[in-house]
This record gives sequence, structure tokens and C-alpha cells, in this order.
Amino acid sequence: MKVALVGNPNSGKTSLFNALTGLNQKVGNFPGVTVEKKIGKIIVDNHPIELIDLPGTYSLYPKSYDEEITFQVLCDPNSSDRPDAIIVVADATNLKRNLLFITQIIDLGLPVILALNMIDLVAKQRIEIDIETLSSLLGIVVCPTNARNKGGLGELEKQLLKIKPSKNPAFYLPVGLPLATLSLFDNQNTISEYQKYVLILNYEKLENISLKTEIKESLADTDLVKIQGIETVNRFQKIAGIMRKCFKKEHNQNTNSTTKAIDAILTHSFWGYLIFLGIMFLVFQSIFSWATFPMEMIEMIFNETGKIVASVLPKGMFADLLVNGILAGLGGVIVFLPQILLLTGFISLLEETGYMSRVSFLTDKLMRKIGLNGKSIVPLLSGYACAVPAILSARTIGSWKERIITILITPLMSCSARLPVYTLLIALFIKDDKVIGIFSLQGLILMAFYLLGFVMAIMMAFIVKPFIKEQSKSYFILEMPIYRAPRWKNIFITLIEKGKNFVFETGKIIIAISIILWFLSSYGPSDNFAKIDKKYTSKEYVLMPEKDKANNIAKEKLEKSYAGILGKTIEPAIRPLGFDWKIGISLITSFAAREVFVGTMATIYSLGPDDFDLTKLKEKMSTDINPATGRLVFTTATALSLMVFYAFAMQCMSTLAVTRRETGNWKWPFIQFSYMTILAYLGSLATYQILNAI
Amino acid sequence: MCVNLSELKLGDQAVITKILDPIMSLKLMEMGCLPGEPVKIQRFAPFGGPVAIEILGYVLSLRLDEASVIVVEPICFN
Repeated sequence: MKVALVGNPNSGKTSLFNALTGLNQKVGNFPGVTVEKKIGKIIVDNHPIELIDLPGTYSLYPKSYDEEITFQVLCDPNSSDRPDAIIVVADATNLKRNLLFITQIIDLGLPVILALNMIDLVAKQRIEIDIETLSSLLGIVVCPTNARNKGGLGELEKQLLKIKPSKNPAFYLPVGLPLATLSLFDNQNTISEYQKYVLILNYEKLENISLKTEIKESLADTDLVKIQGIETVNRFQKIAGIMRKCFKKEHNQNTNSTTKAIDAILTHSFWGYLIFLGIMFLVFQSIFSWATFPMEMIEMIFNETGKIVASVLPKGMFADLLVNGILAGLGGVIVFLPQILLLTGFISLLEETGYMSRVSFLTDKLMRKIGLNGKSIVPLLSGYACAVPAILSARTIGSWKERIITILITPLMSCSARLPVYTLLIALFIKDDKVIGIFSLQGLILMAFYLLGFVMAIMMAFIVKPFIKEQSKSYFILEMPIYRAPRWKNIFITLIEKGKNFVFETGKIIIAISIILWFLSSYGPSDNFAKIDKKYTSKEYVLMPEKDKANNIAKEKLEKSYAGILGKTIEPAIRPLGFDWKIGISLITSFAAREVFVGTMATIYSLGPDDFDLTKLKEKMSTDINPATGRLVFTTATALSLMVFYAFAMQCMSTLAVTRRETGNWKWPFIQFSYMTILAYLGSLATYQILNAI
Repeated sequence: MCVNLSELKLGDQAVITKILDPIMSLKLMEMGCLPGEPVKIQRFAPFGGPVAIEILGYVLSLRLDEASVIVVEPICFN
């Protein structure tokens, strides 16, 4: 049995889903769209039940892209995800507003159970709900639940096996739709009258093009907005009757005085902004300091594994590929997992507590000036973790223009994949000093780069704003939920999901690129390598120590290898930025994904199992000398120029792919890629030339 | 005496009488902004940003120009 979990945003739907399924969930995609589909499996009395978590919505009339998913899955008779039954989750303290969606769901005709969630808050707020009366008025089973302590979940699961459609007649059926339009659904698989109405009123969002045109023609000049408005008013009139019979609340009871008190500070015209900046500052400081220990542990594990693998395997091509190619590349990236988890954890913590909507509230006015929306702050801040889910979260923005600008600029936010690059280069060239005794200088520089990405994102939004046509009116109507202690389990599940995704998805790319790179740097055209080997067997080199000889051979071979030739080819173009051909190779490989940079550096500087760790890599990079100029390859100017390049460049195929799918057009990823590449080149050029001039 | 919701001051209470913009009213009514419902101004965002109102026992924030399509009858001035 397939059961959909639906409900208003902030009703605790995701908590309920997590409480029911635990870690027994997987994330897929809805067909045709990138919207994440969370599916969990539970077994009740030997009956397997598949739960689908659908995006939260306030009604069956979608106002944004993610709400459309819920509408399509629930109403479209051709949807392959159509559930057999529905659990509708409601915030018990907010029953009246929730009932609009609940009665709509009931009228759809599918079997329904109401999970009256956050029941623990009801007593606290001196509310009384007569659950039996509510159940009989709605005609469905009502289960009080508290997803936080799993209260009522056993009963909910038991009731699932007996789930039925409402016994009562529909609450409301819209009036005024032409019979000709309604008869179009005679042969469709609709199960209720109301479902037909919802499909007609939302006909513009249907995927079936021919049906869409037929509906449009039969509707003539029917005023759909008016019909929908009348429905909402009528439903709320019925709801008022229900509320009178089963909901009691002591008057003049200040329901959320704690939230009000917190809001007085957090949304204050001065303190509010200062606290927001302070929080972001603490987040970035902690990423640097707290992650040190686990990072050293991971480094040690890879180091030891490399040694063991090298000692077990016979020396040769395969061992070389495994140790110098794959393990070196993978180790160089996995080491950053702790920092990525910390950042993701902080962002989901801010969302969990309800703080994020306050940030939207505070920033909407500023965001509007640059063509964005207060809601854009969520994708922008999530962009610090990863642009892919961040671009997906822009779906909640109702206006197309604001959404497209948000999508275009989100990849400028310094995502966690840039973190390895920044960390490595900062550690190379910035001393680990303390500023004013407590702040680490490295942490401050890192923060400056995060700020740089943000400022550039804002500037770009301002620049592209006049060029994008407005399709629908922009609006900002946002619920501000009460502050609640974070649900650690939700954060934990998010971390597991993101961590798994980083290790496996990124890991796949890194292994593939490591293999290709290893091949390209281990082989060269014609007899290049043979010549080098021959040169060093000649008489002049007899006296050279074996170790130096081996090093020289390796260096010359890399230069004459396919990778070297590739790097040399682009060297003229990147020389003004301060990059040599070795960095050129890294730039090429990073076009698939930025974090490959560190792995590539590790492979190029061929760190074997005996010496793979960041310290050794740093040492090799900082002492590398450019034979053409006789100077160091990595100067502070080069490092900063390289960091600016990584801050601005679009080096992530996944982001381009997700932009393509979210916008439905190749035009947008193309624009995104072009403007970011130009920005990276110019920014890097300016950095290097200015730093070298002074 | 009827005014627009956006003209109220912090702490003012009023009852919604009607919503002028039909498209915007669909969104607002779904969030509980219905004729007959009492509202209270809870907070203004700085620099002419959104306003937070108490309605149906929860807090909703909306821009001032969205609030200006909601006509209200003030019942209690702060």
C-alpha cells in the first residue's frame, strides 16, 4: 500500500515521517522533475506500507513549483506516484487554518487519516480539542500525535490498516463550472467530483497537453479566480462551524509569549542584523576549529590504508593506480567531510528552529531591491553547503523572475566543494596567527572569501534583474512558525543523507577522474617516455644519486605526458592569472567538480602511500619551482588568484544539470556557465596582476 | 471607518472587512486572512520591509503592498 504524507508547512510533517520510518528511507526523484521524493518503508502487522513525503502546501491550489508536485501526485489521474491513501498532518494549535487543506483532501475521496500533530502544545496553550466530535464531523479517524516523542504513532500505524474515505458527503463542491468541461473527465480515472473541479481549476498546471487545450476551450470565459475564491470562503464558513463544536481556547491567553520575546530581539532593526551576522561568523569559525580533529583522524586512516595496500599488492601498474590514483584522490576529498557535515548541520539547525523565516522577514526588503525575495535567503545560505539542493529549494519562491535570478546566482555562494580548495591554499600561504587573541586569521580569510562570493552574487542579481521578464507578480506571504527546540533526529537524518551523497556521488566522480588523470599523466604520445628513460641511463647521469634521478624522471615524464601536454596547451591563456600548466591540469579536471582540485594536486605531485597527507602535499606545493622563471610556482599572489578563480567559476556539472532541469531550458545553464567563467577569469586576472604590482 | 491594513501601527487591532485584489485574495484567504477575522499588528521589519500580523492564532508576514489590499475596520488602537 502506498500512503502519501501531506500537510501544511510547519505542521511537523517531516518529523512525523522521520519518526515513522527512521533511517529506513531513501531519496529518489519524481519522474520528469528533480524534486526530491522521500520514500520510507514501514511494516505494520506484516503489511508492508510505503510512505511518500510530499512537499508541504496550504491548499490544493499550488502557488509554487514544489506545491505543484503535491497537487500532481494527489490529483492527476495519470500520475505514477498516485497514493492509495493519505495521512494528512495538521498542527493542532493551528487547527482552523489547517482545516482548509484537510477538508480539501477529504473531498478528494481517497482514504484519509488525520494526524493531529504537536498535541503536546495544545495543553500548554490552554486549548481544548474534542477529538471525538472532530472525527465525526470530518468522517475520518483522527489520531493525536506528537512526532517529537513518538506519542500516538503506534495507534496511527494501527489505524492505517483500516484506513477509509470519509463517510460524510463532500464539504464543498465548487459551483459555476460549465457542464461541457466537467464531462471531459467522464472517461478519466477520477474518483470524486471534487477531484474533477480541482483539476479544472488548476488546468494550466496539467501535464497532459491535449486535455489542457480541451479544458481551456470548453471553459470559454468562466471566471476561475472567482470560483476558487468562493470555495475558500465557503470552506472557512463550514470550518468555523466545526471549530465552534470542538475547539476551545481561553481568551486573552498569550499563546506564544516566548516566541514574541525572542522575536523582539531577533527581528530588531539593529540587533536582528547584528545577531544574524554574528551567527554566520560563529558558523565559519567553528568549521575551521572543530573540524581539525576528525580531519586528522581521516587523514591517518587513509595514510595507513595506503601503506597496507602498497605492502600487500605486488609493485606495478595496478598498485600504482590504486594507491597513487584512486586512494590519493579520494583521501584528499573525504578529509573534508567533517567540515561539510558541520556546515550542513548548522544550516538545518537554523531551519529547524524557525529562525530562517525571520531571516527572510528581515531581508525581504533588501532582497527585493536586487530582484530577489526574502525567501531567496534560504537557497542562498544553503548554497554555502551545496548549490544542488539550494537550487531545488528555490522552488518555494512563487515568482518566476525571482526564482530564476536566485537560481542563476546561487552557485556564486561558496559551496562546501570549494572548502577543500580554500583550506589547502589558505593553509599554504596564511600564517596560523590569532587576531585580537581569539580569532584565527585563517578563519577570517576563509570568511572573507565566503563574503566575496555573497557580494558578487548580490551584484550579479542587480545586473541581471533588468534583463529578465516578469511572468507573475512577486509576493511574500510567509508563515512565521513559533520557535521550537531543534529536533536532533531530523538534523541527524539530514546529515546522514548529505554525508552519504557526498561520499558516494562525489566519490564516483573522483574515482573516475582519478583513473583518467592517472592514465593521462602516466602515459605520453609516441616515444616521449622512452627518450627520458634513455637520457637518464646515459653516462652524464651515472653519478647522480638514485633518488634525485627518480624524481627528475618523474617530473620530466609528467611534463611530456598527455596531461602535461594538455596543461601546456592552456598555459598561455592562464599565465596572466599566475597559473602554470600543473594548475592548468587541475583546472581542467575541476570542471567536473571543484573538490577534484585537491585530489588532482595530490596525484600530480604523486604522493605515494608513505607520504599522503595534507602536510606533505602542502610541503611539495610550496617548494615547487617553475623551471621557466626559476621562481616558486605557488606565491601568495598565485594562491589568492586561484582562490578567486574557484570562488567565481562554474565548475560543477551537477549544478548545471539541476539548473537545466529546474528551468526546463538549456539557455539558463548556458548563461550561468558563461557569466561565471568570465567573472572567474577577470577576477583572477585582476587579483594576480594587482598583487604582483604592489 | 475603514483603512488598509498597511496603515495600522504597531499593536493595533482590527477586523478584516474585504480584500481588494482578487488574485492576491486567493493567497491571503488560504492563509486565513478572511473577512470577519481579527488581526493584530505584531511587528514591522526594518526599512519598510514586511509586516508581521497575528491571525487565527499564528503569525503571518507579508509585504506592505500586499497588506495594502486588505481593508480593515480598526477596533483597538495601541
